[in-house]
Amino acid sequence: MSEEVVWLTIFVLSVFVGIEVISKVSSTLHTPLMSGANAIHGVILVGAVLVTGTAESGLGLAVGLVAVVLATLNMVGGFVVTDRMLQMFRRPRGDAQQKAGQK
Amino acid sequence: MIPTWVQLGYLLAAACFIIALKGLSGPGTARRGNLIGAFGAALACVIVFFERDLDHQLPILAAIAVGSAAGVVGAQRVQMTQMPQLVALFNGVGGAAAALVAGLELSELVEAAELAGGGLGDVPEFDLAATAFTILVGAVSFSGSLVTFAKLQELMTTRPVTFPGLPVAFGGSIIAAGALSVLLVLEPATWAGVVIGVLGLALGVLLVLPVGGADVPIVISLLNAFTGLAVAAGGYVLGNTLLLVAGTLVGASGTLLTRLMAAAMGRSLANTLFGALKGGSTLGGGEVSDRPVRSAGPTDVAILLGYAQRVIVVPGYGLAVAQAQHTLRELVDVLGERGVQVDYAIHPVAGRMPGHMNVLLAEAQVPYEQLKEMDEINDEFKRTDVVLVVGANDVVNPAARSSPGAPIYGMPILHADQAEQVIFMKRSMRPGFAGIENELLFDGRTTLLFGDAKENMSKLLNAVKSL
Repeated sequence: MSEEVVWLTIFVLSVFVGIEVISKVSSTLHTPLMSGANAIHGVILVGAVLVTGTAESGLGLAVGLVAVVLATLNMVGGFVVTDRMLQMFRRPRGDAQQKAGQK
Repeated sequence: MIPTWVQLGYLLAAACFIIALKGLSGPGTARRGNLIGAFGAALACVIVFFERDLDHQLPILAAIAVGSAAGVVGAQRVQMTQMPQLVALFNGVGGAAAALVAGLELSELVEAAELAGGGLGDVPEFDLAATAFTILVGAVSFSGSLVTFAKLQELMTTRPVTFPGLPVAFGGSIIAAGALSVLLVLEPATWAGVVIGVLGLALGVLLVLPVGGADVPIVISLLNAFTGLAVAAGGYVLGNTLLLVAGTLVGASGTLLTRLMAAAMGRSLANTLFGALKGGSTLGGGEVSDRPVRSAGPTDVAILLGYAQRVIVVPGYGLAVAQAQHTLRELVDVLGERGVQVDYAIHPVAGRMPGHMNVLLAEAQVPYEQLKEMDEINDEFKRTDVVLVVGANDVVNPAARSSPGAPIYGMPILHADQAEQVIFMKRSMRPGFAGIENELLFDGRTTLLFGDAKENMSKLLNAVKSL
């Protein structure tokens, strides 16, 4: 298998997984889910670190560091704000499960 | 070559992200899911330093520290009412990061090829195409998110903004960006990447300007999916499987989520984005009408509520802005003690985003079983004595059923107009976020209680207590 096809395979399978895992979400959780997914793409930080670490020019380094700051902001801020939202769902969690059980 | 254990670490992180998304879609598992996602991301950020020999490690760590501190402070300090803006902002900076990463990678590819003797043909075309894609989509996501931020923060008008040349400018930018991308693949050059980025910024602005305030959440979700795709393409360029998987997961689930949200609002995505361009959706003009309405004081309203049997509360964004949700819960408790049956009717897009109102009321410790979703409660309105609408407007606007020209036409609404009596607690006659007038305000069965929601709510509470 050529390398491109391997990448394509990973991509296509990821599309299916991404659709499958959230297909049953209730509208109550749309906001936290969007926020959580938003935090996950903050993993572009890995890419930012890689390009910054191999930057050769001063300009490249500066741009890279900006990217690192922005990506970290996306990732860390995203997870923290999602957790803050979900904290508020903690109390009703028992009720929700009860309710689901009754249905 | 990347060490095998590092690659396995990335695989573990990718698995964490899948588990995180799965967890986030169920109420009982959501918080744990988010923490698992955070663990996966943290893991990936540690092991990336072992992937290859990296220079500038100290400045990078300092930049991560700065970003983390800003992110934590921002996320902790933000009012829950302003949370949608913050999510938009975080999404935007993620898109910007992806675009910058791809831009840097492009300049490195170009330099490396020049050093190797000018043979630019050695750079694989598909890498270049993916680079152009990442820059373009990342830039769209960045500038688009900034415009949604400005709309939600009401730094600019929340009404659709269009101008005659907009479709032409939009189409022209797309064609120019496409042409430049082709050029970039044939003749790699850093300047082309920069211009694509600038075009992307313009496209993002042009994409979001015509979107009306009420539809902004859908656009945030769409831009979120865009950033995901940009990250995925960036992963391909960098040869990093984790970025590819994580970005694709977010891109795919974000697209589905966007469609689910649009469906909850009775909108199609195309209509959301381009509806305003077709014209006709600017009905109402957002002016304050001077038609007569019936207003009353807290004591009169207290009597209506206190002697009712069935009351439904329709909470809206105005409630949360006034921070009146705690007092509202007290009022509902007191009414409950008097034997009045009270529930909250939660419109899917109450607040600023789907599910936002649930977050806000959960913060005020309203019991979960009193929160009824729209489908669950809509048939109850005809048997209801009093509907108390607090700081909401568009979600009970019958225009969604009756005026095909209205921007919210087709959006499922709460049937508050079928109840015996309707009480609106409002600050003023100003129209809602969608910028259109609500006929229900002028209905004979409607009573208005003007003023600050929090102040009025406490007056109402005291009045009901002394009945």
